[in-house]
Formats: sequence, structure tokens, C-alpha cells
Amino acid sequence: MADTAAVSHGHGTGTGLSNNKLLMWVFLGSECLLFGGLISTYLIYRSRFGDGPAPGDIFDIPFTSVSSFVLLMSSLTMVLALAALQRGDIRNNRVWLLTTALLGSLFIGGQVYEFTTFVREGLGYTTSPFSSAFFTLTGFHGVHVSLGIIMLMSLLISSLRGTLTKERSETVEIIGLYWHFVDVVWIFIFTVIYLVPSPTS
Amino acid sequence: MTYNMELEAPARPLGAYTRPKANTGWRDWVTTIDHKKIGILYGAAAMVFFVVGGIEALLIRLQLATPDGTVLGADTYNRVFTMHGVTMVFMVIMPLAAAFANYLLPLQVGARDVAFPRLNALSFWIFLAGALFLNMSWILGDSPDGGWFAYAPNTGVVFSPGKGMDYYALGLQIMGIASLISAMNLIVTVLNMRAPGMTLFKMPVFTWMILVVQFLLLFAVPVITVALFLLMFDRNFGSNFFNPEMGADPLLWQHLFWIFGHPEVYILILPSFGIISEVIPTFSRKPIFGYPFMVFSGIAIGFMGWGVWAHHMFVSGIGPISVAAFSVSTMFIAVPTGVKILNWLATMWGGRILFNTPMLFASGVVSMFTIGGLSGVTHSLAPADTQQTDTYYIVAHFHYVIFGGALLGIFAGFYFWWPKVFGHLLNDKLGKWNFWLMIVGFNMTFGPMHILGLQGMSRRIDSYSPGFGFEFWNMFATIGSFIIALGVLAFIVNVVMSARRARHEPPVGLDPWDARSLEWFTPNPTPVHNFDDDIQVEALDEFWHRKYGEDENGQVVRVASAEEVCQDGSATDTHLPSPSYWPVVLAAGLPFVGLGLMYTLWLCVPGAVLILMAIYGWSFEPVDDPDGPHGHHNDHDGDEPVDDGSGATPAEETAEEAPVG
Repeated sequence: MADTAAVSHGHGTGTGLSNNKLLMWVFLGSECLLFGGLISTYLIYRSRFGDGPAPGDIFDIPFTSVSSFVLLMSSLTMVLALAALQRGDIRNNRVWLLTTALLGSLFIGGQVYEFTTFVREGLGYTTSPFSSAFFTLTGFHGVHVSLGIIMLMSLLISSLRGTLTKERSETVEIIGLYWHFVDVVWIFIFTVIYLVPSPTS
Repeated sequence: MTYNMELEAPARPLGAYTRPKANTGWRDWVTTIDHKKIGILYGAAAMVFFVVGGIEALLIRLQLATPDGTVLGADTYNRVFTMHGVTMVFMVIMPLAAAFANYLLPLQVGARDVAFPRLNALSFWIFLAGALFLNMSWILGDSPDGGWFAYAPNTGVVFSPGKGMDYYALGLQIMGIASLISAMNLIVTVLNMRAPGMTLFKMPVFTWMILVVQFLLLFAVPVITVALFLLMFDRNFGSNFFNPEMGADPLLWQHLFWIFGHPEVYILILPSFGIISEVIPTFSRKPIFGYPFMVFSGIAIGFMGWGVWAHHMFVSGIGPISVAAFSVSTMFIAVPTGVKILNWLATMWGGRILFNTPMLFASGVVSMFTIGGLSGVTHSLAPADTQQTDTYYIVAHFHYVIFGGALLGIFAGFYFWWPKVFGHLLNDKLGKWNFWLMIVGFNMTFGPMHILGLQGMSRRIDSYSPGFGFEFWNMFATIGSFIIALGVLAFIVNVVMSARRARHEPPVGLDPWDARSLEWFTPNPTPVHNFDDDIQVEALDEFWHRKYGEDENGQVVRVASAEEVCQDGSATDTHLPSPSYWPVVLAAGLPFVGLGLMYTLWLCVPGAVLILMAIYGWSFEPVDDPDGPHGHHNDHDGDEPVDDGSGATPAEETAEEAPVG
């Protein structure tokens, strides 16, 4: 969506970044406050579980650690995808884009499994302020990951149609920025929700 | 260049779809992505809502004119004052600021357009969709009635069972998307697209203030989005964020809302500060006094605006330490505001002041905002604030800053930049009627509210009993409000009459005010391509510096006429982005989703179809249509040497880029 006096790779722009990339950075700045609001809400409500299950009773930390590891590894494969395209290696670019999307999907699968388990154990969305805050925060993050997967698949389709070339590697870089951001946010969320000792009933 | 584009860009991305070509008529207004036309659209839409919000205000005043008023009834009164606040904040002041920002910001930094013209159109259409969605609630029978701040739990499903607060939560979310997109777009424009030589500290104060506002929006909008999401989930899906029965914190909403809400106050006022920082130097025939202080105080307000939110909550029981801390921070924020006021006064001091209508309005801002600012300082004293909370004293305060500060500044901007936008001046005599009617009516309406508030009259009550001494000042205020209405009428008459008169008169010429900043390099009205050539900026107030120099005695003398300095707007080789249907299609989908969430999920289906169609159409649409007639596009011949400094060349290169999203 570069435009008018915009310059494709940032030459001659005020910041040295292209308009598209700067737009993504600015957007991610805004996203920080979105997740900031949700994380704050969770912190206020983590011990307000009423008669429902307490966070300390229900979290399966080993399971979530594994799925967090999967998500973090997807950042590595994202970097590899970009590096491949910058070298002009279209084949490896496709391989790593697909791997990143698959790792992201695996994480989402883990989240779906976790949610269903919790619901079975009596932690519904409406059970307590804690449950509402937990599902909303992690759900929001899940939606972000899912949107990232859609973007990765769009890149892959674009690559298969032959339009994702070395010259366009900045597009991959920008979507990579988004992907890394979503991962970094998960580090915060994982720490705040799972690693900080949770209240038990 | 052209054959490249034709090879790479699919000319008919979705088969039946053809790219809009018209650059006249309604089709042009719907599909335009020209920042100037979008600015005009913002302004026109906001003025319609200004009339709507004004009628709501008059209804409020009629209801309160006499004791035991019966004009509206309690229920309708709640809806009317809620919608008055929501309308004036989100559908009038913010879009009017966006109108000025859109039109002027690219011109003031010497750019051909904003960084993302289609996103710019998208912001406007989403804003309009959200605003119409909220006002649809009048027709569908359930307007919001919880105040513009919509305190939960009061606005939860238990205490507000109708659909009103759903309209509020969803409507503001839709308009929030618009603000966010617009903020990102303008930030990139200012940071990336300034004319050669224009460092950040050679930008006009207006551009600076708009930049600060966009950062405030960027960080404040997501916070209210969270609050509105949580409220929506509470109301629609039974979550427990604002349900104290289940152990929820009754203050959560207030914190989230005011973390957004206080920066929002500066989002409303800073554009107006920027406008009068352009108007006052021009009509005082002096450069702005203390430009760096002007800029840094604006930035300081932007930062400190995040640390004062709980002064809206002094009586909510947040505890003495919080109250003390926020009390002190609130006193501090008066300092940068005071710096600005002193700088405006110092700019006027010793100047040969011309009291044309724009200058009258600007002086109105300085004086009226000072009154509002001072009553604001009285709120920072927590013990005093405890007495003032929820009384008409508060109503008086925020109308002095928002009407007396933000709105008067916007009117100063109307009179100042009208020739730039429409090529003719507004009538100065009618303008003075407009000003004096508004300022007298305004002080009659809101001045007495200080007294009413200190006498103990509560906000948001729909009626009061006789015998408390409220009768006289309420009637007085109601009379004042109708004088304001006459002032607005004078403005509308002025707009119509000036446009008619302009048909028989010669055009306004190049530089009607002897102005200072980059936008005046272009002829009036601004040609579609803005600048013929990039402007090499050497100084703050570049335009003025090219007109004036110093003689051997160090006296300022005129060295060039406007005709010599200005561009003639005759360039024909400028490449312009082509219009697009997709912004308006995407925006049209959002109200369907909103209604679907409220009434029946089936309505989300057409909404989702429109949105997905627009996103995909958008993604596959080349930014620049190679066949488009819009830009008077002359291709460079192969043998023509490429001028390094020209902005047209990189613009053409980007046409080969695939759109990202």
C-alpha cells in the first residue's frame, strides 16, 4: 500500500523506514496498550474466582510451557523465512512460511485443547471475573495469532502465484514484525498468567 | 514505466469489477482518496452532527429553563444529554480536528498526500458508519442513556437493560477504528514525508500539535476499546467484568475509561491550540513567540495527560494517597498549558494586530480557555473538588475548555483557511456577528453554571424543584444557548452567502492573510496535486521568509510578492493515486456487524461478506491505476533524464509495489 511520495524501501523518507514498515511499528505501539489494558484487567481479577476453580488449581503449566515453546520457535522459522527470501531462495522461503504457519496452528490447537479442558473442569466464560478475564486475554491473543496465520498463508499463496519475490521481501519482514510482536506479547501473558504463582482455592 | 505496471498489476482484479474513474459528481466524493476532499467530507459530516448535537443541547436547556420542566421527561432527557455529549466529543470536535488535519497536514509538511490515501478514505467512511450507527438508535428506539462516560456497572445489562448502551459500546468501537487508522496514517505522513529540509523543528506548530494528538489517539483508543469490548462481552455474552455481584471491581470501568478519557481531553483541545498558533502570529504580524516552548509544552501536555486520569475519580474512594498524587499531577499539567497562553499573549504583545474574524476567534480561545483552565485548577484541589463533583460547576468547566477552547479555535480555523479550501473568503462582517453572538451566548449559558454548581445544582438531573434559587440562572442560561444557536446560524448564512457572492467576484488571490506556512505556496483553492515542485525548506515559516528579508539597517522589508513566491499550480505530470470503492464498501459492512451482535447474528453475514470482499478487493487493487485519468499522468519518456530531487519518480516506482494490505 505504498503510495504517492512514499519510497519503496525507505530511501528518502524522514525516518529511513518505508511507510509500510513504519505503519506496522506504529500499529504495534498501539497494540501494546490494547494488551496492556487486558493484562491489567487480568491482574486485578486473578484472585476473584468466587466459587469457581482458582487459577492455581486449574493451570497445567507443563502443557502450556510446551505450546509456548512451539510459538517461540515459530519466531525462529519466521526469521528463516525472511532470510531465505532475502537471499532469493524462494523454495526455502515457502518451506519456512509454511512451517511458521503450522507452528502457529499447533499453538492455537493447544489453546483450543486447554480451553475445552478448562470448561470441562468447570471454568466457563461466565463462571467468575477471573474466568472472564482469563478467556478474554488469552482469546484475544489467540485471535491475533490466527490473523497472523491468515497473513502467512496469504504470503504463501502469493509466493505460489510467483509474485513474492526477493524485491518484495519487505512485505515478509513487515508481517514478520507482527508475528514477533504476537510472540513477545505471549511471553508477557505466559509470565503473568502461568509463571507468577497463582492463588489457589 | 507504464509497460512495467501493466505487466505487474492486474487491471481487472475481480472480474466484473472496474475501477472508479469519475472525478466529478457524487461518485467522486464516495471513491475519492484525495486528502483534501476527505478533509472536506470530514468537515461537512461533522457540521451536520454539530447541528444535531446543538439541537440536543437546546432541548436540554429547554427542559431546564423552568423548574419541574416537562419538555422531555426523565428517560428522554437521559438519552438526549448522553447523545449530546457523545455527539459533540466523538462526532463533532474530533472529526472537525480530523478535517483540518487531513486537509492541512500534508500541505504544511509539503507532501502530495498522506502516506496511505486509501486508508485515509477508510478512516472517514468508518467514522461516518459509526456515527450513523449510533444515531440510528434514535430511530430504532433505544438511545444510550448512561452519560458519555457510561459508567459500568450502571451501564451493565442489569441496570441498563435496553439496547441503548449496546449502540454506545459498538458505535464507539467502530469510530475508534477510524481514529486509530487515521492516527497511524498521519504519524507516518509527518515522520516520513516532510519536504526536503523540513526538520521536525521547522514544522508549523499546528502540525506539531496534530502529531501529538495522533500519538495520544494511538495509545488512548486501544484502552477505551478494551473497556468497550469488556462491556460488550458483559452485556452480550454474560462475562463478569463489571458485575459486582460476582466480585467484579466497580471501579474498573472508571479507570479504563479515564485512562482514555483524560488524554481524550487533550485530543480535543490540542488541534485548536495548533490552529490558533497559526492564526495569532499571522494577524499579529510577528513570528510565534518561543516556538520551542510552544512545541515542548504541547509534547509535555501529551505526556502528562496520561498521569492525571484519577482526578475524575476523587470521590470514588480511591484512597488518600492516590488522591494526593493525582491532585499534584493535575496542578502540574497547568504549567505547560500556562506556557502556551503566555506565549500567545507574548506573540500578540507589540504586534500590529488585525482583528479579522479568525483573530477574534483565536483571542476568544485564549481568554475563554484561560477561564476554563483556571476552573480546572480548582478541581485539582481535592477538597474543593469533592464539593464540585457532579455539580453544574463541572459542566461549566468543561464547556469553557471544549466550547471556549476547542470549538472557538476550530471556527478560527474555518475563517482562516476557508480561502485555501474553497478559493473565496468568508464575509468578515457576518463573521464578526458570528463571533460576538457565540461569545456572548456562550458566556451567558455557561458562566452562570459556575454559580449554579456552587449553589449545589446537580448535573444530569432532568428537573429541579422551585425554591432553591436555581430559577433565574437556568432561564438566563437557556436564553444564552439560543443566542449561541443564532451565532451558528450566522455562520451557516455566511457560508451560503459567501459562496454565492464568490461566483460574481474575482477569486481571492494567492495570499489573503500574508500568511507564514507551506500550505500557502499553492494557489487557492489548492490544486488536486498540491505542489508543482517540492519545496526546499530553510526555515520555520518558510513562506514568510521568502516574502520578507532584512534591509541594511536590520529592518524587516518585503522582498518578494506572493505572486513571485507561490507556485501557479500548473504542473501536469504529477502522479496521483487513483480512487477506490473499497474503503466505503468495507466501512458499510461494520454497522451490519454491529446490528448483528445486537439483534440477530444473521445480520453479521452481509456485514462480513462486505468486509471480506473489500479487504480482498483492496489487497489485489494496484495502488495506482495505470489507466486512471485522475493524475494528468504524463509518462516520462525513456530518454528523458530522471531528476534526482523530484518526488514524482519515486512515486512511480511504488506503483510497481504489491499492495500489502
